[in-house]
Parts: sequence; structure tokens; C-alpha cells
Amino acid sequence: MDNCHGPAAATLPPPETSGKQHVVAIVGPPNSGKSTLFNRLTGLRQKVANFPGVTVEHRMGRAKLGHLREIFVVDLPGVYSLQPRTEDERVTHDVLAGTMKGLPKPDAVMLILDSTNLSRHLSLAAPILSLGLPTLVILNMADDLHGRGGEVDAKELSKQLNTPVVLISASKGTGVEKVFEFLNAAPLHLPPKPPLLQLPVLQDVPKVRDWAANMSRRTNFRPPAPPLWTRRLDGIFLHPVIGPLVFLMVVVGVFQTIFAGARPMMDAVANAIQISGKWIEATMPDTALRSLIVNGVWSGVGAVIVFLPQILLLFLFIGVLEDSGYLARAALIADRTMARIGLQGKSFIPLLSAYACAVPAIMATRTIENKRDRIATILIAPFMTCSARLPVYTLVIAAFIPEKPLLGPFFGTRAAALLGLYVLGFLAAIVTARLLKSTVLKSTRAPFILEMPPYRWPTVTSLVLRLIDRARVFLRRAGTVILAVAIILWVLANLPLHDGKAPAIGESIAGMIGHAVEPAIRPLGFNWKIGIGLITSLAAREVIVGTLGTIYGIEGTTQSMGLQAALRHDLTPGGAAALLVFFAFAMQCMSTVAVVRRETGGWRWPIIQFAYMTVFAYVFAFLANRIVSLWF
Amino acid sequence: MQIGFNKKIPAALSGPRNLTALKKGETGILERIDMSDIDAQRLMELGFLPGHTVTRAHAAPGGDPRVFRVDGSEVALRRETAVHLILR
Repeated sequence: MDNCHGPAAATLPPPETSGKQHVVAIVGPPNSGKSTLFNRLTGLRQKVANFPGVTVEHRMGRAKLGHLREIFVVDLPGVYSLQPRTEDERVTHDVLAGTMKGLPKPDAVMLILDSTNLSRHLSLAAPILSLGLPTLVILNMADDLHGRGGEVDAKELSKQLNTPVVLISASKGTGVEKVFEFLNAAPLHLPPKPPLLQLPVLQDVPKVRDWAANMSRRTNFRPPAPPLWTRRLDGIFLHPVIGPLVFLMVVVGVFQTIFAGARPMMDAVANAIQISGKWIEATMPDTALRSLIVNGVWSGVGAVIVFLPQILLLFLFIGVLEDSGYLARAALIADRTMARIGLQGKSFIPLLSAYACAVPAIMATRTIENKRDRIATILIAPFMTCSARLPVYTLVIAAFIPEKPLLGPFFGTRAAALLGLYVLGFLAAIVTARLLKSTVLKSTRAPFILEMPPYRWPTVTSLVLRLIDRARVFLRRAGTVILAVAIILWVLANLPLHDGKAPAIGESIAGMIGHAVEPAIRPLGFNWKIGIGLITSLAAREVIVGTLGTIYGIEGTTQSMGLQAALRHDLTPGGAAALLVFFAFAMQCMSTVAVVRRETGGWRWPIIQFAYMTVFAYVFAFLANRIVSLWF
Repeated sequence: MQIGFNKKIPAALSGPRNLTALKKGETGILERIDMSDIDAQRLMELGFLPGHTVTRAHAAPGGDPRVFRVDGSEVALRRETAVHLILR
């Protein structure tokens, strides 16, 4: 292998470039195309991360340059100025000033501006240029600007600002090679000379705006014609009658996606898990390891993976709505209704998504800039009836409520009970929201400001990257936290060994834990078996179905019965009502706890939320048990 | 009588002519923002600058919040905010 001294070695990077990793920050106002450019530069070599101690996320990625060189790119939150007023602005300010923990001061800045709105967006150039970092000014949306008859002289602007300026279209990819040229040379750039037009006092917004207007005038900026298509579409989407109808159709569409659309794919995944589980069972020798893999890992992790198609479909939906600009219109239409419970329009879509799963819903609250509104939305989202509650509801309702028609053949007692549980969760969310917004999360009277971006075609790249990112986050959790819980549960249900064999479930460690919690849950009408189910369902709500199946399957008296009959044998009607109410209100979901911790930047909120929801669930389950027991 | 009474109340509450007085498609010139410095700066960064024009565009069903065209972009404000933006 003498080849290593051959031509291959010559392409290796020189030592000085492989030593220090250079960092370049992307800064720009909201809706300027930052993320699109970031995706162009980094592709799949990116990840989302939170800064320590703050809830603002940033994306880090590696851009491949020539000669096997790489450069780190940081996508910062969208801002209009560097006055550290909001958390987004503070993070952007701190990163650029080099005072952000865990991130070195950037070696250069890419300032991305919307060229169709240059006079206003240039305002951000003043504080950025005054930082004295090597800066590339990127004028984005060139296609849109020219399409609407606008014109800008990038060369002249570069002369005026004394820093390189490029005109690109990040969504079409035109001009992106000029950005790569800058990145290739970026660390070698010297700090920029001050612009020809003296920089204004940065705190004075009108002065900064005048400076920007002067600057764009000096560079012969011709603003484009108003976006006709956006106005035409708003004439429909914000029409007093048609607008709400379209909105309703979108809402119904999201619901359909969650329930009907995802169903075949979920069934396919569930089948694949079941078939592969059966195959493993058939091929492996009958050992403890087989039991661990089949009963522990496969059924535990599989129960969660089933939700992946649903989550991806939902995010595809939200992605299209957000990238096209419709989400802002939906927020506008929903605002008044949401204001009645103390929230705002931007909370609407996350809460709607929570009907599928609270985890993506909580991630979707990132579009809410008002921190208190965002936390309130995160705290009430798990009250929405997520799809993981459905298996539990279906089982208990089918076991205890006889099917009788109520309103015609399609709406019977069982459907009414299910609908009632949806309403119950919704009411709990409203009560909690009002409670939060009138006490701890009372908004600091920050005005509700909602920018209406022009309508744009969503790009496939950004949608795909978004889905890959969400799938990664979801699968990582399924592969770590949930896998660990599944294994621990299996071990606890199979120890201590009696004569080298697994014990009866009641004598296992899990059974002992169930017996230990029994006194606490007896007032709700639950016995130790339900107790084990409540504990295992902390991992994910639907796990209780599998757990009860296992327990009843092992136990002698209930062995021959089906799951429904066994449940009827074991639970009074009062206890069944309590179980339904408990699952409607309790935060039985570790994934949600984990995502709340991630999104709120600490353990404080998830602990408060978990305690609140559990107490809420306990009190109402107790009442349900008492009230129902009066009649049955 | 009833109609006259109804008309007087908002005028008395809102004081000087503000953004809520603009009808759809109507344009006015902003005089000042009667809000805290932080909120006023935020609105100015979005284009609500004294001396600049503001055009009322669409609105949510029911008329609140309303969309305003300022400085090349469109921004929606609730009524409670719009009353603090005083027109010339």
C-alpha cells in the first residue's frame, strides 16, 4: 500500500486549514430566506441545537468547500436589529459579539436581505457592519425582484458599503456559487472599511431607516411592483366569507391527515413490526434473550415507531402551510378566537397538531415569538386528545359501554363517549390556559404583531430536510429513552427468578411495585394490575394496553378471557370511568416531558406541568369514580 | 338615538384619529406611536415610522386584527395596538 504517498495524498488539506474550524454566521430579518440559503450551503450536514439556558434554537451545519475543506455555518434567529430586546435578538447579538457560551466568535458574517424590500431591510446592515467582522451582504429573492420589474446595482452597493455584495436567488439556486467563493476566502478577509455614508446612531430607528433609504437611493434601487399574486390570493384567503371557509377546509384537512390519511402507513409500519417480531420469535431459541427482544424491545419501541408516519405527514402539512405563507393568514383568522382564552393566533396550529401528537405540536410552537404565549401553548398542548390515547379509549369504551344508536346509525353511544373525551381534554386546555394567562404567564402587554409574508411556492428541498430532521429527532428518542424503558420494564416483570424461571407477574418486581402503589390508586377504583399499567404507560400512553394484555395473559383466572372481558372482570364501571378521565388529563408520556424540557430549556416547566396534570387527572378521576359508582 | 350613541363611544375612547379610523384601501400618514419605547421601536422596525404612509389592507373576519401596508410589507395588528398609532 504505497499509494498513500501518491496523488491521493496531495489533495489532503494543508495542516493549517484542518486545525481550526472556521465559523460563519448567517444573519437576516425574518422571511429573508435565511433557512433556504442555509439548506443550500449545508444540505444534510446540519443539526438543530439549543443554546445553553435559552429557549432559542439555532441550526449548525457544515458547508463543503473545495480542497476537502469545511466551514461551520450557524443559522441565527431572524431579527430586524441587534438591540437586545427579545430573546432572539439577544442570542443574535451575543453570538456575533462572541459572548455566547459554547460558540466561538464567528470569523465572518453573511447578512441576507430581501432584495424586494431593500430600503427597509438595509437597516440591519448598519448594526451588522458596525461589528467590524468580515461581512458578505447577500441580496436574496433576485428572481422575484426582477420578475416584478425591480432593479438593484450590487456592484455600486458593494462600493457604498465597502464590503462584498452578491445578488442571488436561494430558492432557485442562482448566484449561490458567489457565496461559496466568499466562504472559501472568508477567514482571510480583512475587517471591512466603514461605509461611504457614515453609520447612524444605532438606537435611533428612524435615523437608521433614513440611512438605509439614502443607501438604497445611492445604488439606484428601483423597488419592484407590489406583489399582485399575493394581493389576489389574500382577496380569497382573507375574504370575509370565503376566507373562513378555506380556513375550515385546511383544519379539516389536517384532521383527515392525522386520522385517515396516516392510517394505511401506520398499519403498514405496525404490520412490519409485528411480522418481524414473529419472525424473530420463530427463528430464535426460546431463551430470556428472545423474550427480551420480542416482548420487551419489539413491542415497546414498536408501539412508538408506529406514530412516525403520522408525525411526518403532519410536519409535511405544517411545512407547506408555513413555507407558502398561509400559516400567517391562518393565525390572523384564528387570532380572535384564541384571544378569548388568553392566547393568540399563532398558538392555533400547534394546538391543532397536538391532536396527533403533543411532541411535534410542542416543536411547532417555535413560530410563536411571545415567550409567555409560547410556554402557555406548550403547557396546554398535552391536554389535546393525542392519537396515543385512542387505543386506551377504544379498549375501555368497547369493554364497558354497550353500543346503542343515539343519532342515526353512524352516531351511537360509543362514538358519543369518544367525542365526550375529546371535549373533556379541550375544556381542560381552555381552563388551564385561562388560569395560566391570568396568573404566572400574564403577558407583559407586548403587542400582537404578525407579519404577512408574500405567498411563495414551498421548495421540495426545504420540506424534505425538515422531515428528515423531525424523523431523526423522533427516532433518536425511540432508540434511546423508550428503548431503555422497555428493557427496564421487561427486566422488572421477569425478576426475581424462581427456580431459574420468570415469576408470576404478581410476584415480580413490577408486581411488587404495583402492589406498593395500590393504596394510592384505590380511591380511583384501580387495583395493582392497573397500577403497573399506569407506571408502564409513563413511557407512552398506549403501552398500558400491551401491559394489561401481558398481565392478564399470564394470570390464571383471566387467561382464557379476551382483553375486554378480563378488564370487565377486573374493573368496576366507576373505575373504568376513572381510567378514561385519568388518561384524558394525565401527562403519561415521557417523550412529551423530554421535548418540553428541550424546548423550554430546563426542567422547571416540565416538572410543573407533569405535577399539575397528574394532580388534575387524579382529582377528576376520583370524582368520576365516585359519581359513576352512584349509578352503577 | 341609539346609532348616535354607539358612534360617540369609540370616538371618545380612542381620542385622536388613529389607525383604526382607516377604511379598507385608505391611506394615512403616521404622526406618532403612543406606546412604551420598546414597543414603539419594534413597530418602527417593522415600518410604522412617523411621517411614513400606512395603508389599511385586508382584515380577519370580524375586522380584528387588521392588516396594514407599511414600508413595502404587510403587518397585522390587533385593535388594542392600532389605537395607539396616531395619524396626522
